[in-house]
Amino acid sequence: MSVEIKVKGDVMTAYISGEIDHHTAAGIRESIDNAIELNMPSLLALDFGGVSFMDSSGIGLVMGRYRNVSKHGAKLHISSASPQIYKVMKLAGLERLATLDMLTK
Amino acid sequence: MEAINKFSMSVLSRSANEGFARASVASFAAQLDPTLEEISDIKTAVSEAVTNCIVHAYKDSIGKIYINSEIYDNGVLKIKIRDKGCGIENVEKAMEPLFTTVGGERAGLGFAVMQSFMDTVKVRSKTGVGTTVIMSKRISPRYTVNGRE
Ligand SMILES: Nc1ncnc2c1ncn2[C@@H]1O[C@H](COP(=O)(O)OP(=O)(O)OP(=O)(O)O)[C@@H](O)[C@H]1O
Ligand SMILES: [Mg+2]
Repeated sequence: MSVEIKVKGDVMTAYISGEIDHHTAAGIRESIDNAIELNMPSLLALDFGGVSFMDSSGIGLVMGRYRNVSKHGAKLHISSASPQIYKVMKLAGLERLATLDMLTK
Repeated sequence: MEAINKFSMSVLSRSANEGFARASVASFAAQLDPTLEEISDIKTAVSEAVTNCIVHAYKDSIGKIYINSEIYDNGVLKIKIRDKGCGIENVEKAMEPLFTTVGGERAGLGFAVMQSFMDTVKVRSKTGVGTTVIMSKRISPRYTVNGRE
């Protein structure tokens, strides 16, 4: 599991890679939240291109980051989710919280 | 019906075993020649059930999680995940989407994921005794280019 943060203007992108489950979620959350604190972006983009697995702990992670940036009036964008991850996100209705663009479909 | 193959394991309720458990069941299921989508459905459902044992059943302790899987000759994969933890007071309520007894960052979607990714999900639980989740999924047969199964 790893998170790489890139900042361009007021857009902060977190490139997440590895598997997201209850075991890894806390570390990912900490990396992203520290970077939010530091950069105060107006758009947080979560890039799932490197994520090979995600369960409902990942849903909790996305919802928590949504709540975090919403406090500052910022928006959330999700990109590059694989079909498996997209299926889990869809079930949770994440498209109501974030704009989504997928790897395929 | 008699299972044509069986697999069982137990692991301690340590979060590092979430990945190990779902990968183990997925490898066992591989002999049914599932599609990539079927494999990830199985992995996700197992991950939910095992995580629930760790996060809820053995909240303040470390206990054993028992994982059994069976394959039937009609292509059905059955998975049983059992704990001897705190149990669930009201199973029907616990299975409702968005229901969670834990604050913080749990979505309350674990059972909803299991139900949508597997064909059947049954839960038996008794407070103070433990919980058993039994799930099944039929893996549709695929055919090779020359028409043989
Ligand atoms: N094995 C278990 N032992 C005891 N309680 C359980 C067990 N599995 C589930 N529960 C109870 O059922 C509730 C719902 O479970 P579910 O997996 O749907 O959501 P969650 O675990 O709370 O959140 P999420 O899975 O989205 O992270 C839990 O909050 C917990 O109270
Ligand atoms: Mg759960």
